[in-house]
Amino acid sequence: MGLQGITYLIVGATFALYIGIALWARAGSTKEFYVAGGSVHPVLNGMATGADWMSAASFISMAGLIANMGYGGGLFLMGWTGGYVLLAMLLAPYLRKFGKFTVPQFVGDRFYSKGASTVAVICLLAASLTYIIGQMTGVGVAFSRFLGVSNTMGVFIGMAIVFVYAVFGGMKGITYTQVAQYCVLIIAYTVPAIFISLQLTGNPLPQLGLGSDMAGTNVALLTKLDQVVTDLGFGKYTTMTRLSQLNYFVYTVSLMIGTAGLPHVIVRFFTVPKVRDARASAGWALVFIAILYTTAPGVAAMARLNLHNTTYQYKIMGNEKAGVAQVDDLDLFDSNNNLVYEDRPAWMKRWEVTGLLKFNDKNGDGRIQYYNDKNESIKDKAAAAGWAGSELTVNRDIMVLANPEIALLPNWVIALVAAGGLAAALSTAAGLLLAISSAISHDLLKEKFMPDLSEKGELMAGKIAMACSIFVAGYLGLNPPDFAAGTVAIAFGLAASSIFPALMLGIFSRTMNKEGAIAGMLAGLGITMLYVFAHKGLFFIKGTEFLGLFGGKANFFFGIEPNAFGAIGAVVNFAVAFAVKRMFPAPPEEIVALVESVRIPRGSKEIGGAH
Amino acid sequence: MQHDSVGYWKATLALIRNVLIVWFVVSYGLGIILAPALNSIKLGGYPLGFWFAQQGSIYVFVALIFYYAKAMGKLDEKFDVHED
Repeated sequence: MGLQGITYLIVGATFALYIGIALWARAGSTKEFYVAGGSVHPVLNGMATGADWMSAASFISMAGLIANMGYGGGLFLMGWTGGYVLLAMLLAPYLRKFGKFTVPQFVGDRFYSKGASTVAVICLLAASLTYIIGQMTGVGVAFSRFLGVSNTMGVFIGMAIVFVYAVFGGMKGITYTQVAQYCVLIIAYTVPAIFISLQLTGNPLPQLGLGSDMAGTNVALLTKLDQVVTDLGFGKYTTMTRLSQLNYFVYTVSLMIGTAGLPHVIVRFFTVPKVRDARASAGWALVFIAILYTTAPGVAAMARLNLHNTTYQYKIMGNEKAGVAQVDDLDLFDSNNNLVYEDRPAWMKRWEVTGLLKFNDKNGDGRIQYYNDKNESIKDKAAAAGWAGSELTVNRDIMVLANPEIALLPNWVIALVAAGGLAAALSTAAGLLLAISSAISHDLLKEKFMPDLSEKGELMAGKIAMACSIFVAGYLGLNPPDFAAGTVAIAFGLAASSIFPALMLGIFSRTMNKEGAIAGMLAGLGITMLYVFAHKGLFFIKGTEFLGLFGGKANFFFGIEPNAFGAIGAVVNFAVAFAVKRMFPAPPEEIVALVESVRIPRGSKEIGGAH
Repeated sequence: MQHDSVGYWKATLALIRNVLIVWFVVSYGLGIILAPALNSIKLGGYPLGFWFAQQGSIYVFVALIFYYAKAMGKLDEKFDVHED
């Protein structure tokens, strides 16, 4: 069977599995639709959280970005795992004790005002919608490759499938489906990584392989990679930072506190039976996430090395499959060593169809030159070799999916990765859509505008909200503001600047009043959106950037990029909240008592219905 | 029954503070601020600062959460605020 056949087979089998589970555990009441009856074991809940969490950004996009960013890519790794420590200690147990099942409900009750809950809904929608745009970008990449269509077509097909998928079942379906999805995606991620690590270093564990010597030599893999990329004019892999160490730092903070503020992750911790379980659940979730996150750096570095190896006819380090041996002291600036375009491997042709990989023969020699043509120090060498600029454009979001193909692994492994990528993208999109639909149908409509909405009406409103979100996100996903993981980072910034501080103040400050919290959320979200939209366009619509208002220089605030600005937004949020708090009366006694009771585990109850 | 809720909350905050110190040191300290200096030390083929940023901090995070969960369980019992 050919590659396409095997891919259909494996993807089809995994989908049949998810749908089967969803049917088996079809949601009945509204309560089950959202939180699966509050009775999921911490380990299973951890796995489901892992699947929910590891979206297209983690699975498809992240390693590709790390491959490009080198050491700087560590901000994704630390940011998206370190946040769980905050979540486990600062939020999960207390929100579980509080015993309601959405973030706006907590904010509304703690700050004794429907206004506060409405503002929380707005913050939640801003973060979740941005997040889904990133997912749609990833879904588009996965589907375009999987079906061999253009990226645009891939996004359209993805929208349709996500819609059917998310509207189909509720959280209960989703919880067990997501356990299955976790298994599929983690196998899909680690199997090729093990193959490649073995191939390059002889060590099967990518976590160790990345720190090992190249097979059959005494040169460390990272040393080799550093040497190849710097020779070609790129930044040194193990030391290049992200813009500046300050930006690196702030970016990491933003992702960490965003993790602890994202509604679809927090809601997971409402679904465990006890406060004690909420703490352990975060730990288990991180174990399952860490398996992928510690593998990703290996995938990134090895994919990068394999890509360069490919453009030099595998001579940089040899490839057994291709029957090429390593050439010592290879002259990278000798065009005869460059890959002839006509002889390019099949995977390049497959990705050219999607439009995400492009070759432009600038010097007309029919060979692929791939180097950093913006680096002055290698300009002379490149000119002497007759090169007229780098000729290969590789979209970073394709690196993980293309990785097994680049390494010439067997077809079933390539098919497996496609299935994993689809699982990752679909599971997170579904979880997010659920958070959006509950925010709109329950927190906004039922609580504020239509108190006598029936349970059926509420479910229907939720589904309409899902459909609208998919449409908006898909439309913006066609012209995404950034690579999938970059867009998702912006979503984290929005959560970091609005929801995280409000929750923290609600739990750790007994005296915070509603005026302070509301002003804080609005200020944090507002300033972060302003900074992001100035760079990326109003509501991410291309052509509406307004950097000119701020002097026209990108990253004008101490060189901090918009994706990282959430941390600054959070600081503004806290500052405004405390300043405004002083001008208004303290919260009523019963609220102080509520805060006291949330801090003590005893007396936690099964989550009752929201009514 | 009356619990020492002030003492419990104080102990909780102290535990959180300690965990956060370790959390900060491994990621922001060793992985970012001190990484350039640490890179001259090698851990196998890994420069040490790079290792902390892309591997080490994640392992420590996992350990920290389980440590915290266990220590909190003990605090709950000590102050008699545990569930059931």
